[in-house]
Amino acid sequence: MKGMMLVVRRDLSAYFNSMWGYLVVASILVIDGLLFNAYSLGTGARYSTKVLEEFFYFSFGTTMVAAILLTMRLLAEERQTGTALLLDASPLSDTQIIVGKYLSALAFLFLLTLSTLYMPALIFVNGKVALGQIAAGYLGLFLAGSAAVAIGTFGSSVAKNQLFAAVISSFGVVFLLITWMLARKTEAPFSDVLSYMSLFDKHFQPFMRGRVNIDGIVYYLSVTFAFLMLSVRWMSSRRWK
Amino acid sequence: MIEVENLTLFYGETSAVNGVSFSIQDREIVGFLGLNGAGKTTILKMLAGLLYPSAGTIRMKGVDATAEADSLRARIGFLPEDPPLYTDMRVADFLRWCGAVRGMSAAELEARLPGVLTSCQLSDVANRVIDELSHGFRKRVGIAQAILHKPDLVILDEPISGLDPVQIVEIRGVIRNLKSECTVLISSHILSEVHQTCDRILVLNQGKLVAEGTEDDLARRATGGSARIHVVVRGTAETLSTTLSGQPGVTGHTVESESGGLIHASIELGDDCRESVVAALVGAGMGIRRIEDSEGELEHLFLDITKNRETS
Repeated sequence: MKGMMLVVRRDLSAYFNSMWGYLVVASILVIDGLLFNAYSLGTGARYSTKVLEEFFYFSFGTTMVAAILLTMRLLAEERQTGTALLLDASPLSDTQIIVGKYLSALAFLFLLTLSTLYMPALIFVNGKVALGQIAAGYLGLFLAGSAAVAIGTFGSSVAKNQLFAAVISSFGVVFLLITWMLARKTEAPFSDVLSYMSLFDKHFQPFMRGRVNIDGIVYYLSVTFAFLMLSVRWMSSRRWK
Repeated sequence: MIEVENLTLFYGETSAVNGVSFSIQDREIVGFLGLNGAGKTTILKMLAGLLYPSAGTIRMKGVDATAEADSLRARIGFLPEDPPLYTDMRVADFLRWCGAVRGMSAAELEARLPGVLTSCQLSDVANRVIDELSHGFRKRVGIAQAILHKPDLVILDEPISGLDPVQIVEIRGVIRNLKSECTVLISSHILSEVHQTCDRILVLNQGKLVAEGTEDDLARRATGGSARIHVVVRGTAETLSTTLSGQPGVTGHTVESESGGLIHASIELGDDCRESVVAALVGAGMGIRRIEDSEGELEHLFLDITKNRETS
């Protein structure tokens, strides 16, 4: 546990010590703000619940992008700069390294997500908001973000450079986003499986409408666990040439 | 301390290391010598637990290094050729982090850190960001992270590459001082470095161990049991020839130059009879100005050993 927290501490400080972390936060907040103003609030009168639903819809997309941008450096950058040897030569286990890196990116993404709270808060100016919908929406964003960060961690552990890591992670996220489309083109049982695999369609929509969906929680935690396990296995295999 | 048996590693179809066996004693400084691609770094990485062998075993103090890799890595300090450093961190903070990762408590770290900073001559830059440091200082930070946790084994891959002459002398001193604390393995293709730092040499060629021993051992083996020394003496060439011709153990000599009453000569020795040769020269009234192993001896040995292996 101590070793894992050392990795978390190190990687979190890397986000705060580099321009990259601030650049990602600034870009995501600007895009989120513009989308909120242009589409969620819109020009005419709307129900608060609809505004919130739209806000979480767009925030889901920016969270996925942020997760990919934040995770691409996790292990690929260490490999590029040679600092991976520092971790490889340490007594830290592969699980400690992977989970530590995942947690650092998740913590940073969590802070980024929390910093968008001012947008739902703005709805209070002209309308009523159910706090439960906000809480459920943010829980959904956090869980979906966790799954995307795990996919990104895997991409970064596989790739030799950051660009390649971003490509692999994007492929993974986009594939899980469009499985609902593939589900429509196939028949059962494949359609059921592909439909269940959908990162947004089946599992996130209840959260953005204010419903805490146990099925969704299990799904996001399963994706997180699966990709973290794959990352650990991949890391372990590098010692066997 | 370390027992290596039949160590083999394949990269795909290519064998990088092929059936290498050797043992290393406690508190020994051992140099791995070889051309680029000889397998030095690969062997060091296997000893550091970074790579697992395709075949063969590494035992460290009786423990299988592959089976117990995670725990053994806490007792090993490793410095690759390019020091792996988090350049956004300050030197002292980076070293504290490295120590903590290897299981040192905060109290142990604070007790140990000042000594390591001093021995690696980093005290003046302890609070500087690593990104601002020169290559020489970065190398020292790399060595400091490798020795901070008092490892039983320190592995240094090309520790002086890219350093200026002053830095080389300083780093050499740091490495020699390590001998009192731990076993040190050094990989280098800079022959003078191995010559000046190591107790014993392992010569690798094309993934195989082709020779091992002290420099004298290797010299005897390469020259069929003889060794060569270079002397500068005051006297005449005739006196030198007369003295050496009757001297047991001397198989020949060559006068290289003679000027101002000083003779530069190289003497071939059948066995290590340096003391008796010096006594004979002094006894013959010759003044000894200098006596040393022939310059470039290690270079000759290295070339002989690798060439012989390639042709055999």
